[in-house]
Amino acid sequence: MNMLVEIVASLLLVAGGIFAFIGSLGMAHLKDFYMRLHGPTKATTLGIGCMLMASMLYFWHRHGVPDIQEMLITLFLFITAPVSAHLLAKTGLHMQLQRADKTRGEPLELRQEEVGDKPVPHPEKGHG
Amino acid sequence: MIKSRPWLPTPVLSLLLLVVWLLLTRSIAPGQILLGSFLAIMIPLLTHRFWDSRPRINKPGLLLRFILRLLGDIIIANFEVAYLIINPFRKMRPHFIEYPLMLEDRFTITLLASTISLTPGTVSANLRLDGKSLLIHALDVGDPDALVAQIRQRYEQPLKEIYEC
Repeated sequence: MNMLVEIVASLLLVAGGIFAFIGSLGMAHLKDFYMRLHGPTKATTLGIGCMLMASMLYFWHRHGVPDIQEMLITLFLFITAPVSAHLLAKTGLHMQLQRADKTRGEPLELRQEEVGDKPVPHPEKGHG
Repeated sequence: MIKSRPWLPTPVLSLLLLVVWLLLTRSIAPGQILLGSFLAIMIPLLTHRFWDSRPRINKPGLLLRFILRLLGDIIIANFEVAYLIINPFRKMRPHFIEYPLMLEDRFTITLLASTISLTPGTVSANLRLDGKSLLIHALDVGDPDALVAQIRQRYEQPLKEIYEC
């Protein structure tokens, strides 16, 4: 039993590490800002999820009582990660950051003709 | 359901705050319960004026199923994104997609936007000021219409059923 718990916990830790690493790798080598955003916000959630599961399992086995404090970390992570990703993406759009050439779809926010020194007015509301 | 009173504007949130506080301190000593209750009453009182009113949950069972499905989707799609990143030969097809919103309430739109950001492959990038469409950046899309249909059917429809009608 002891051995089994340790094996499962280690496997979860290794898997978590791999996912977190792939997320960071994505941030390092993807082509443009918007694509790089996907790496850290996504692959890392599963990475951290695996690590928390390992921690939960290990200390449950160690202390004999289930400990759900790790669930709180997951909860906070799931609440905050989308908000920060959204804000980063919004900032990127606002700064008119370059996207990779092969990106399809023409968002209103990135139209070339509207790019200028002054802020881009919103078509409906008349402000940016 | 507990009714809201002037000194307790959001009973459910207060209860949740108390539970989170007790979990954080990892004790159920009377002192901690007292302190937690104090915080659970004071925090909503001080902040509830800044919030939009939150719609009621009509179908809790469906909400639970939605959360479970979301967790499953997050795990599956995480593998896909990981594969996309480490496979050097695979061509990515990034795409900006305009998603026409069916939801009207700001709280549910927030939930949908968070859901889209959490499921790998898509980030909700901008909510138009008129609140009618959402700009999504997707990492690898062959057919944008299929993605819109998928989000509509898998996430927006359940959210609408849970909260709005």
